[in-house]
Amino acid sequence: MTARQRRLMWVAVGVLVLAAAAGFVLNAFQSNLVFFFTPTQVAQGEAPQGRVFRIGGLVKAGSLQRQDMQVQFVVTDTARDIAVTYSGLLPDLFKEGKGVVAQGRLGPDGVFTASEVLAKHDENYMPPEAQHALDKATAGQTAQTVKP
Amino acid sequence: MLAEFGHFALILALLVAVVQATLPLIGAWRGQAAWQGMARPAAFTQFFLVALSFAALTACFVDNDFSVLYVAQHSNSLLPTVYRVAAVWGGHEGSLLLWVLMLALWTAAVAAFSFSLPQAMVARVVGVLGWVSVGFLTFILSLSNPFERLLPAAADGRDLNPLLQDPGLVIHPPMLYMGYVGFSVAFAFAIAALMAGRLDAAWARWSRPWTVVAWLFMTFGIGLGSWWAYYELGWGGWWFWDPVENASLMPWLVGTALIHSLMASDKRGNFKAWTVLLSISAFSLSLLGTFLVRSGVLTSVHAFASDPKRGVFILMFLALVVGFSLTLYAWRMPKVRMGQAVSLFSRETLLLANSVLLVVACAAVLLGTIYPLVIDALNLGKLSVGPQYFNAVFVPLMVPLLVIMVPGTVVRWRESNWGELLLRLRWVALAAVGVGLAAPALAGAWSLGAAFGFSLAAWVVLGSLQHIVLRWRQPGHIGAAYWGMQCAHIGMAVVVAGITGVKSFEVERDVRMGVGDVVTIAPYAFRLQGMGEVKGPNYRAVRADVEVLKNGQPIERLYPEKRRYFSTAMPMTEAAIDSGFMRDLYVSLGDPIDGPTPQWSMRVYYKPFVPWIWAGVLLMVLGGVLAAVDRRYRAANPRTERLPAAVAPEGAA
Repeated sequence: MTARQRRLMWVAVGVLVLAAAAGFVLNAFQSNLVFFFTPTQVAQGEAPQGRVFRIGGLVKAGSLQRQDMQVQFVVTDTARDIAVTYSGLLPDLFKEGKGVVAQGRLGPDGVFTASEVLAKHDENYMPPEAQHALDKATAGQTAQTVKP
Repeated sequence: MLAEFGHFALILALLVAVVQATLPLIGAWRGQAAWQGMARPAAFTQFFLVALSFAALTACFVDNDFSVLYVAQHSNSLLPTVYRVAAVWGGHEGSLLLWVLMLALWTAAVAAFSFSLPQAMVARVVGVLGWVSVGFLTFILSLSNPFERLLPAAADGRDLNPLLQDPGLVIHPPMLYMGYVGFSVAFAFAIAALMAGRLDAAWARWSRPWTVVAWLFMTFGIGLGSWWAYYELGWGGWWFWDPVENASLMPWLVGTALIHSLMASDKRGNFKAWTVLLSISAFSLSLLGTFLVRSGVLTSVHAFASDPKRGVFILMFLALVVGFSLTLYAWRMPKVRMGQAVSLFSRETLLLANSVLLVVACAAVLLGTIYPLVIDALNLGKLSVGPQYFNAVFVPLMVPLLVIMVPGTVVRWRESNWGELLLRLRWVALAAVGVGLAAPALAGAWSLGAAFGFSLAAWVVLGSLQHIVLRWRQPGHIGAAYWGMQCAHIGMAVVVAGITGVKSFEVERDVRMGVGDVVTIAPYAFRLQGMGEVKGPNYRAVRADVEVLKNGQPIERLYPEKRRYFSTAMPMTEAAIDSGFMRDLYVSLGDPIDGPTPQWSMRVYYKPFVPWIWAGVLLMVLGGVLAAVDRRYRAANPRTERLPAAVAPEGAA
């Protein structure tokens, strides 16, 4: 093998390694994207079954129930409600009537099993996803009232 | 009055910054010594003015001057004094002032400790830093003035976010900012060298100690942030792949690549183009980090609801810096003589591999951090990237990095051979695998992942120790930089061992407990002895009294709290941790659960090896300190003084 061939071989090996790495990175990336859905979207069946996603909105007042370490509550965007179950300690700023974002899977019974309830760091702070869900729901309602 | 005084000092600082950014650079361009000589006094004056301004703001906080809007938003009369001082950088405006203060401090330090540098070089470096300062001071004065008045004054302040009322948070931002801003010095050296058209070994040597100091502050700052999240957020995690953490990790990764690449440029004159690019990237990523964290595009404890103009300004500034630097690079770089050819198997190759791995890791983190923001900005939907992505990408990239860490310090520059290396390292490799196989078994549960992680850590530690022993036997002085390198490498290995240990053997129990109940995580038992109320200076708390027993013997009492702050009524979990050499015991208190007998939800965690992570970070910081104080970099060394003159003709060519 001449020096030139050897260099070419190394370049080829380098390109292959990089291509493999890029493919691997993008694959990992693709399978770990967590999409966000509003309760209305979930109720309309837009959310995937069996894949992890996020929902956000307000914790419906009076919906919080505890059973041992199991917690149940309802997330609402004021238009539609989604029942959520979660096992574990809730974050400090979790409160009825306040914004919340939860990550988990939707069961066939329509109950969202959260693996994570996201805490944000300020009592006056509204998670943007939750705000987004409320805004969309409000926009949808006004659109409906305007239409007829 | 004080607020106006601070504001005025800041305006003067901007004027001085304009002088600092122009005259020395013109002087260096036209070869006028007098104008070049303006650099040092301008740097000192600017530092003095910014420090005055910062002191004025601090005084407003300490005095509880709620007629200053920023103070009213971030402090409270009940806040203890130390947190009032920390509250200065608890919000957007003040943290930017801290940024500028750090920049002025770095510039003054460059001006003060650069007497071995040619005057024109000092003028250029200080001038470039002056431009950065002009950018940030303009930003503060036009869009985020911390001295803005609130009239009529508020009766009391809104208080500092309780999460930030913590000793870790008093020092975390200044340390991290020292790191972020410190990369501006490496950047200024690279730009100055490009302007001069002189990228030689001397340039790399001047830049090295500054870069190492910036890196060690960054390391310390990231470590502190992680430590804070671990004990303050109350659920025992120490790294979340949160965009805010990634924002500091990215410049750290590139900065780490930079200090290694600078070494090749200094000692061998190689990788100059690459080193310059890394210098520009490290600083650009620092700016990007500032943008991400402070503009409000990310929501976290660091982001403050803010005006979108601010984000746009930082983004424009970032675009200007990157655009200008790359243009200058494209214009000047072809003139620079490249380094010598090296053989495929040499220290240069391994250093190059180190750079590539770190930069690829950084790019992967950047993709995961920026992508959701871009998608959101384009209105294509809301999504987030799970931590699994970062783990899946980051870990495989760190493995080869740790593997080459040992040969990287052993093989010779230019040319080395495999046989010699294998002969030398075979016992180390064997011992490392042995340790890796044995350690998890000793710790209780054997798993392949744990064995692999511990093997890697042992490989680096044993390889470093072998190198130290062999080096020790050889005659000749061993410089501080050598000890620094070994110390930092071993520190990295200790961090890896810590992460492996905690990931493999941690036990987490979320439980419901009443008084007298016991939770067991063998060999430890946690008994809830009682519940009480305590009152702090600005909060009231429910406090649990938990007795920890080991094999039935009481060893420690832990007092986790649930605090409620008066000013905000915001609840906050204060975890209680018992740290040992090998493990942490972590208890945090949840909410009361209704029932016939009062009960509380609690988190009881057994976290082995966590202290190793912090110990490893400290070792890395110590390594940085040792490397930075090496005599090679100081003017007292005749070799350093002679160098600029000796290499000048080469650079001029």
